[in-house]
Amino acid sequence: MSWVSAETQERFRRNLSLQVGLAMLVALALLILLAPLFTHLDTSEVNFDRALLPPSGNNWFGTDDLGRDVFARVVAAAGIDLQIAVICVFVPFVIGSAVGLVSGYVGGMTDVMLMRIVDVLWAFPFYVLVIAIVGSLGPSLLNMYMAFTLVAWISFARIVRGEVLLVKRMEYVQAAQVLGYSQARIILRHVLPNVIAPAIVFMMADVVLTILAVTALGFLGLGIQPPTPEWGVMISEGRNFIVDGWWGSLFPGLAIVYVGVTFAFLGDGLDDFLRPKQ
Amino acid sequence: MIVSSPLLQVADLVTRFGAVTAVDNVSFDIRPGEIFGLVGESGCGKSATCRSLIRLFGGASAEIAGGSILFQGSDLAQLDSRAMEDVRGNRIAMIFQDPMTALNPTMRIGEQIAEGVRRHRGLKGEAARREVITLLESVGVTSAASRLAAYPHEFSGGMRQRVLIAIALACRPRLLIADEPTTALDVTIQDQILKLILRLRDETGLAVLMVTHDLGVVAQTCDRVAVMYAGRIVERGDTRQIFSRPAHPYTRALLDALPAHTGRGTRLKPLGGEPPDLSAPPPGCRFHPRCDFATAVCRAAEPSLQPIETGHDTACLRAGELGL
Repeated sequence: MSWVSAETQERFRRNLSLQVGLAMLVALALLILLAPLFTHLDTSEVNFDRALLPPSGNNWFGTDDLGRDVFARVVAAAGIDLQIAVICVFVPFVIGSAVGLVSGYVGGMTDVMLMRIVDVLWAFPFYVLVIAIVGSLGPSLLNMYMAFTLVAWISFARIVRGEVLLVKRMEYVQAAQVLGYSQARIILRHVLPNVIAPAIVFMMADVVLTILAVTALGFLGLGIQPPTPEWGVMISEGRNFIVDGWWGSLFPGLAIVYVGVTFAFLGDGLDDFLRPKQ
Repeated sequence: MIVSSPLLQVADLVTRFGAVTAVDNVSFDIRPGEIFGLVGESGCGKSATCRSLIRLFGGASAEIAGGSILFQGSDLAQLDSRAMEDVRGNRIAMIFQDPMTALNPTMRIGEQIAEGVRRHRGLKGEAARREVITLLESVGVTSAASRLAAYPHEFSGGMRQRVLIAIALACRPRLLIADEPTTALDVTIQDQILKLILRLRDETGLAVLMVTHDLGVVAQTCDRVAVMYAGRIVERGDTRQIFSRPAHPYTRALLDALPAHTGRGTRLKPLGGEPPDLSAPPPGCRFHPRCDFATAVCRAAEPSLQPIETGHDTACLRAGELGL
């Protein structure tokens, strides 16, 4: 690890939240990647003889009303839900940060126009807007990506713009201007690295919110369509048998909690880790 | 005194921040290799003057409303923004008041200097690295090679100011604008930085515009000095003339408030009152509300800079009769 300075290593050693968050994320990633070794069971194999079996050595999380193995489906859904969450957060992160950078740095009319767009989108309730977009375009993965991207970038734009307004008055940005560097260079090398940390931290919180939103859409039937395993869909389907087969809804719910806790730790840890040193 | 043609000639410069005229008809010139002081209280327009020279106002909406800034044959007040970018950092460099905030906290020291070396000198790779080390050594950073990978927070205030000077020198400027370069530093470090600036002047023939409110700094470094009050220059001359024969009551008052200048056992005389509001400056001489010698004529007529001896001008209507 010689490419990481001793001080950075020390900062990591003292950062328990970051270590726990990373460990939980790695565990989840390994589980998803190695799932075929853990479970020989098919995620979509219907077998009514084995419907609503409680958790046992053979079916760790039990089986659902169609006799499908809940553990296999929860793990398979993890891959899908995480993929959706990461794309639905990362694309808005990139777009929103870029808009925030330009808006804050250029200022003037550009800033006013961009921020009014943000205000308009902000005024809509998040879920209403996503449901409206997905509802009118039809439920599909691509439409969901588009809906989230259209709605979620505004948070990042606001966060980054606020930081830029602060940083652009710093003397080192003025010094870079005095040194005659190009605008692009100043924005990318002197402003961006000093404003991006809060957006990265927010991204972690946003992953949790997005997973909740994706599962909520699934629950409402607007997200991933059955039989593809997805946590929200699974909770929705299991709810009809909650008395006889509580495991059908509980385990996907716990999976959402696990991912939420993982990213909460990561966000908290990164907040400490990325805070500029003075 | 060697008189060579000026490197920088500022004539009748007027800079407005909205309704406030922060720089009002300011004229001075700086010769190659000269250290020129610009002195005054906070808000007197000295920082606004040097911001005007590089036409960067840190986001404030300001404009040069009149006058000229002749530098190496071109008028900086008239240049388009692209040509101005080429002057900044390349021929005119600037160092700032607070070395704690003037370095990018997320970039390594070596890289911050190398950026300027690459941009303005076209050096690359190992050549740029060697130049960075040479620059750091020339500003007195010891074992420079091992410090390239350090971040600004690992450096002390004095070391950071040295790094800033190294960055400013990376492009071999002809003029260095030093905006209160030692104000944020403690006294021993202040002395080291001033000596460094003097040595660099002697070695490279660099001209320096030293902006400060500290007459001690002026006495230690400047060849000539202009005293500013409420956006105008009230007195201008050789440092020795200003200190031994101040001709303006404001300069006199500044000197009387300086411990080193008044004799032992004499009481220091603080200057009463507040600098005027620049959006509504007083009529006549702007200093008259605080001046011990003001008469009816000072309240009515605006004084202009008049020579009282060779190379020494003052803007006081009663300069001839006062004998300060």
